[in-house]
Amino acid sequence: MKKINSILSLLILSVLMIGCGGDDDRKKSGAMATNAAERVYVAPGEHDEFYGFFSGGFSGQMSVYGLPSGRLLKVIPVFSQDAEKGYGYNEGTKAMLNTSYGFIPWGDLHHVDISQTNGELDGRWVFTHENNTPRVARIDLNTFETGEILEIPNSAGNHSFAITENTEYLIAGTRFAIPSPQRDMSIEEMKGNFKGPLTFVKVDQETGGMELAFQVIMPGFNFDLAHPGRNASHGWMFATTYNSEEANTLLEVNASQNDKDFIVALNWKKIEEYINNGGGTMMDAEYAHNVYDHNSSTATSTMKKGVKTVDPKDIPGAVFFMPIPKSPHGCDVDPTGEYIVGSGKLAAELTVFSFSKMIKAIEDKNYDGDAYGIPILKYEDILGGIVKQPGLGPLHTEFDGKGNAYTTFFISSEVVKWSLTDYQVIDRKPTYYSVGHLMIPGGNSRKPFGKYLVAMNKITKDRYLPTGPEMNHSAQLYDITGDKMELLLDFPTIGEPHYAAGIPADLVKQNSKKIYRLDENTHEHSVRNESETRVERKGNEVHVYMTMVRSHFSPDNIEGIKVGDKVYFHVTNLEQDFDVPHGFAMIGANTAELLIMPGATKTMLWEPKRVGVYPLYCTDFCSALHQEMQGYVRVSAAGANTPLKWSLDGD
Amino acid sequence: MKLSGTLMILGSALLLGLFYFPLWNITLGAPQYPEPLGMDIYISGIQGEEEFDIQNIDGVNHYIGMKKIPKPEEMWEFNIFPVVIGGMAGLGILLGFLGLFKFISPNWFLGWFVLMMILGVLGMYDFNSWLIDYGTDLDPKAIIKLTDDAGNPISYKPPLFGTQQILNFTAHSYPRLGAWLMFAGMFLTLIAWWVGRRSHKTQNI
Ligand SMILES: [Cu+2]
Repeated sequence: MKKINSILSLLILSVLMIGCGGDDDRKKSGAMATNAAERVYVAPGEHDEFYGFFSGGFSGQMSVYGLPSGRLLKVIPVFSQDAEKGYGYNEGTKAMLNTSYGFIPWGDLHHVDISQTNGELDGRWVFTHENNTPRVARIDLNTFETGEILEIPNSAGNHSFAITENTEYLIAGTRFAIPSPQRDMSIEEMKGNFKGPLTFVKVDQETGGMELAFQVIMPGFNFDLAHPGRNASHGWMFATTYNSEEANTLLEVNASQNDKDFIVALNWKKIEEYINNGGGTMMDAEYAHNVYDHNSSTATSTMKKGVKTVDPKDIPGAVFFMPIPKSPHGCDVDPTGEYIVGSGKLAAELTVFSFSKMIKAIEDKNYDGDAYGIPILKYEDILGGIVKQPGLGPLHTEFDGKGNAYTTFFISSEVVKWSLTDYQVIDRKPTYYSVGHLMIPGGNSRKPFGKYLVAMNKITKDRYLPTGPEMNHSAQLYDITGDKMELLLDFPTIGEPHYAAGIPADLVKQNSKKIYRLDENTHEHSVRNESETRVERKGNEVHVYMTMVRSHFSPDNIEGIKVGDKVYFHVTNLEQDFDVPHGFAMIGANTAELLIMPGATKTMLWEPKRVGVYPLYCTDFCSALHQEMQGYVRVSAAGANTPLKWSLDGD
Repeated sequence: MKLSGTLMILGSALLLGLFYFPLWNITLGAPQYPEPLGMDIYISGIQGEEEFDIQNIDGVNHYIGMKKIPKPEEMWEFNIFPVVIGGMAGLGILLGFLGLFKFISPNWFLGWFVLMMILGVLGMYDFNSWLIDYGTDLDPKAIIKLTDDAGNPISYKPPLFGTQQILNFTAHSYPRLGAWLMFAGMFLTLIAWWVGRRSHKTQNI
């Protein structure tokens, strides 16, 4: 009771404090505005200093923003269909959304992480994952397109995601404990019977290609966030769990009973060694592996079977539990790898664990019992320090590389800067409103670029012109170069800006492709010039080999199509000029347009249903004569004998 | 005559640079082409500065009905120029050696220089007439047809030398390393004649 009282009073105090802080900040904003505007202003034609990759949460897409301007540069479709680019609609990309459950055109994209070499951002790939149908994905930073999607079997709600410091593995922990393997059983009997698989996905260092390596079958807790060790703690990974109570109903109460939950500390190098020496057992599994080839603009989907699983009890010294107060969310490792910051969402303090103390405690084998055979380390033995009364609802911490940590507080809507040396709070700034994750470019690596901090908020309320009951979520940019943080800018984002990763533009932009080379186009149905364009019939399938160039299609008149045909338009963009895509749309096609980059080929399926003469046209404003970029297809009755005929300019 | 002959050999040999380096360069910049499209003109053909520049210049020019930039086999010049340049370099080197061993008077060097000047002027004249043809012989079905104040079709001829605005494009036309080597070489042959004449005179006195 005493505890509740103190939390309540803290809550009230905190609300008062935030209220004042907020007002204060707003009064100042008038005088501050000019200065802040200058610091985020990127003049027309100039480039931003950083790329920011933002997850779209429930939109299933990833968006790319320039920082500090907050300009939206691109939306990259990953787990959801995107009509703008035809992703998941055209024949080349449909296979990207295949799963063992069939074609799933939506998934919520949660965390993003940039590939690293020696613990530093290398700008090769961005990896991300989906919560709903567990999947992980790779986005290639030369094309800014999704290159691969891998389904995670025997898992549910993939929410615990991280990349090790040489991009050796992606870690994907189940958010929801489930029977493993899946089976028909009573939900009430969950406790002790459900499991929480932690999946390791191996990354090919040349291609970024992903391959399911092994699953550690953990007790049935819910995994929330994961973080790799780095530097000193490289070879380990840490993940928060909640619901150590293993409740299966009304979790908001029943999963908040234990005073302490756990952070899992897992020595993956040890498990890797165990697997390499023939350890582990195969478990039944079925999962889709979808790979997109940028040269052929074609995805292939392979259904794979079986997964190597590991029982942590079989590998002594590999897995431990670290007790952490009250329903933890974040567990973030500082650039040196020594400090692991645990954020108990309902705790009044921020707990910082010491890696070296943890190793000592493991050597001493002085455990506080075990849970399902996994040793529990003693809280006092591994504690590095405590940040007292930092705020309410700590979520996520990143680092500036100068010995400071920055933590978001969801309940009290603020970002708090504190020192890793003396655990004292240095500064606090309100966020608008209900901040989740935050991001400092490179802030989860050995080498943070501690210039800006972006806070990602769940609620926007009065920040922008109202747009009905739904407001886009927002992100806020703070300057963190001084002792005190300064709010410089906020901007609306796509979907929920759940998480973000930032990187200096100089590490990425020179690798960005300008065109696809026509002479490297390996699409099965590509053509290289207008003289190769043609129409072929195979039974009721008609294949149109078409080209596009400013400002016409070839052919642009097609006859001999019949109701009931399956017409495949294979359209090649002959341009070899930066940023000159063309679009293609066909009346009555039950799909999206095609958006075709210079040198690429894409395929659309059209099944004409009515007799007539129907236009096709370019959808992407390409030139002065874009409006004239059009053609006709004549559709005859099912049994008609209209000869197959095609032409451009009458010949 | 030693210095004079050597300079003559060196000077005419510099012409051979035209086999490796571009003679001339024309770039076309516009708001939508912040990195200008460019073509390098060699004695044996035209190449894009970037791989796809020629294709993109042709693409842009088709609106106003200009012909495609010629391939080497489509212009006799690209077959003749290498022969002429190679021949003149060979002749100059030969004259230089003959002068070195005092078989001929340095006035032959001047003769070579004058011949080279005549050929150069003819070359420029030819280049200019090609530019005129390229810029004015337009497809009658061109989609954009513009006329000047007098009602005559506009000429899209790029400048022979210098910078000029052509509709939304700014065209720059300037010599490149090959041409500079040629100019330097010709200048050396002129010096060769001058130096040779002076030593010739001294010897005679
Ligand atoms: Cu177009």
